[in-house]
This record gives sequence, C-alpha cells and structure tokens, in this order.
Amino acid sequence: MTLPAADVIDSFSGAVEFIFEPRDAIGVRGQVGGLEQVWDLMWTQIWISALALAVAVAIAVPVGLYFGHRGAGELLAVAIGNAGRAVPELALIALMVAFVGIGVLNVTIALVILGIPPILTNTFVGVRQVDRGAVEAARGMGMTELEVIRSVELPLAVPTIMSGVRTGAINIVATATIAPLAGVETLGDFIINNANYGDDGLLAGAILVALLALAFEVALAGLQRLLTPRGLALEREAARSTA
Amino acid sequence: MLPDAVLVLAQGGDGFVRDPSEGATSCVAENDTVCIGWAFDNFDRWVTPTLEHLLLVSVSVAAGFLIAFGLALLSHGRRWLVPTFVGVTGVLYTIPSIALFLILLPITGRGTVTAIIALTLYNLQIIYRNIVTGLANVPEASRDAGRGMGMTGRQLLWRVELPLAVPEIIAGLRIATVSTVAIATLAIFAGAGGLGEVIYTQGLQNDVFKTAIVVGSGIAIAMAVAFDAFYLTGQRVISPWRTVRTV
Repeated sequence: MTLPAADVIDSFSGAVEFIFEPRDAIGVRGQVGGLEQVWDLMWTQIWISALALAVAVAIAVPVGLYFGHRGAGELLAVAIGNAGRAVPELALIALMVAFVGIGVLNVTIALVILGIPPILTNTFVGVRQVDRGAVEAARGMGMTELEVIRSVELPLAVPTIMSGVRTGAINIVATATIAPLAGVETLGDFIINNANYGDDGLLAGAILVALLALAFEVALAGLQRLLTPRGLALEREAARSTA
Repeated sequence: MLPDAVLVLAQGGDGFVRDPSEGATSCVAENDTVCIGWAFDNFDRWVTPTLEHLLLVSVSVAAGFLIAFGLALLSHGRRWLVPTFVGVTGVLYTIPSIALFLILLPITGRGTVTAIIALTLYNLQIIYRNIVTGLANVPEASRDAGRGMGMTGRQLLWRVELPLAVPEIIAGLRIATVSTVAIATLAIFAGAGGLGEVIYTQGLQNDVFKTAIVVGSGIAIAMAVAFDAFYLTGQRVISPWRTVRTV
C-alpha cells in the first residue's frame, strides 16, 4: 500500500513540472500542461465559481434577511440547509447531464443551487440571533423596517452570513471541479478527462484545485474582516480572549 | 445526438448494461426515461455499491470522531490550542474532497484506504468544532455544582461537562455523516467504489444511462435521510432531558 518516499517525491515533482512545462500529450498529438493551459482552465473555474457564488448570495441573502426579520419560515430555512448537505454534488451534475443538458449555463445553475442552502440558512440564523434590544432601540429611533434590516440586522449578522458564504464557496469550487462531466473545462479536466494528461496531470489538477479553494477561502476571510462592523469585531476579540 | 464532451466520457464505459444481448430491455436500450421495472429486476446490481458506501461513511465518521474527540480532550483546559486545531482542520475542510483523494494517491495508493483517510480528514473540522462548542456551552453553575461535590477535574469532565455536551456532539456527528454520505460519491475517483460507481461508471460513463444515475443518486439521498433520522432518534434516547435546535 505505501510506496517508498522517493516515489512519492517523484510523483509530486512530476506534477509541479506538468504545471510549468508543456509536454507531449499521451495517445494524441499536441501538447498538454504548462502555465498557459493551466491558467486557461483555472480562469474558467474562477469565473464560473465567482459568478455562481455572486448569484447565490444575491438570491439567498435577501430571502434569508426577509424571513429572519419576519421571524417566519424557520423550519423551511433549516430544512433547506439540511437538504443542501444531503444532495451529492456528483448526483446533481449527473442528473443535470441526464435530464437537462450540458454547458456553461446548466453548470452555473447547478453551482448556484449548491451554494444557496448554507448562505440562506446562515443569513436566517444570523438575523434571528441579533439582539432584540438593538432592533427595538432602532425602531425607537424611528427607523423604518427596511432601515432596521439594512443598518442593524444585516451588519450584526455579517459574521454568520459570511461563514455561510464561505461554506457555499467551498461547495461551489469543489463542484466546479467536476464541471468537465457536463462539458465545461475547468481544472477538473486534468482529473476527469485524464487519458491524455497522465498521472502527473492528475496530481497537478488536484494540487491546483486545492490551492484555488484555499485562495477563495482566504479572499472571503479578508472580505469578512472588511465587512464586520468594528464594534462587533472588538466584542468578538474580547470574548475570544476570555473564553 | 449527444454532445462531444459526453461522447468522450462515454468511451470509458463499455456499455455493458445496455447491450441487448445481456438482457437489456427496450427501455434500457432507448434510455428515454428511468426504467423502474428494470431497476427492481436488477436489484443485485445496487447492493455492493451501497454496502461499500456504508462502509466508507461509517468507518470515516467513526475515525473522525475518535481523532476529533482526542483533539478536543487535548485542547480542553489548554485553550490556546483551540485556534490551532480549528485552523488546521479548517484547511483540510476547505480542500475539495476530490483533490484530497488524488493528492493522497501517490502516498497511500488507489482504493478504499485512501478514500477513508480523505473522508476522515474532511470530517474533523465539523466534529471537533461541535465538541468544543458543546463543552464551552456547559453552564458555569453545573461546573460549580460538580466542584462543590468534590469532583476532580477529570470527574468533572466525564460526569458533568461531556454528558451536558452530548446534544452538540451528536449534532456535529449528524452534519458530518450527512455530508460524508454525499461526498463519498466522489470516492470513485480514488478507485474506492461506492455509490459513485453507480452514478459515474454505470451512469455517466455508460452513455449517460439515466436509470443508473437516478438510482445511485436516490440511494445516496435516502442514506443521508436515514442517517439523519437515526441521529435524531439517538439524541432523544441519550439525552432526553434536553433538546437542542440544530442548524
């Protein structure tokens, strides 16, 4: 089962080489690998993931805010979150290919569907967890309901919402990896349509996908820091040091 | 007429189910809808992948729980370790499972072991977080009562804090298990079989055979729902004095 360490190092250096240096394809004419192809596939994965995440946020956050503010639909919000976890990404893509069709639009829709549940549930929970005293105070100051949502509930729910967005992003980037199954060439092409790329390509694809996912995570963590109200950040800091 | 990308995929499958000479019905050969009758007649075809899938899920959740529990005990009373453990398990959680499977391939080889290691690593974050949260949410009054009864730190942990944390711990196991059922479908890319074999090899690669795709997906979702119900019942049995809302 376990290979000697030298073979493991060989595998990984082969993968790194694949990323930087184009080489002859296996079985067919032409070149594969190299930064140009890597960037090509990575860029597709980046924009399709970012687009799907943006659409998922645009749908899930307003809906979550509305129901959270009204205090209604808790069972539904929780059920959607649970259902989202239970649907395998491979199943969703496969069902899409079998019954709807392939292509960029269909894949984007599938990614949006996988991104929505954690964002919706977390937005709902985040808003429900906002101190009712703060909401009452805002109303007492004469804020309209819309202002209460925008200036009080939304900012205070940012950390919870963003943790949902990060989970959604993880789902989306992971699923975008298997998008080649539905005819969209992302980094997963090195993995799924592996025949011409060889083992180095397979491992290179895996490493690149892992790095891309981590980059998304770091970017969203940075965004979360920017969006979190200063008072809330200080409060959390204090809670962490005494916990 | 199938699109090129799918035809390329289909070359991988040998069309074994669809060959009329092997008893495929006309429904299967046409592949227009889901062949329910055929799916029942070929019940045996789904049994092994389902059992493989159950094995992947149960072993990796059990292993994930043991490791996470060990980490939680280690960081209990050593608070400075918590952010480190959350960070490390968080990085593992962020890496898409398909990438984790393949990065492990050169080290542990193709097969079930690799899939189980990857799924276990993937579980750590959720389970560890919930154990730590559960322990942190134990009311201070309960701890004081324990101390007042003369309990040592260890007795306090095992007799007061852990029992009171059970609902959160089970909630973590529940989320981890349901996610693992879904993610384990990708274990097929690590050569570990499971329901991914039904969806991918018998379905997508087999000229997009609709019946296999629907049956494989259906079993995976049903398995997730069954585990969910199992944990909800277990939670009620183990800690009847408390119900916790889980999200």
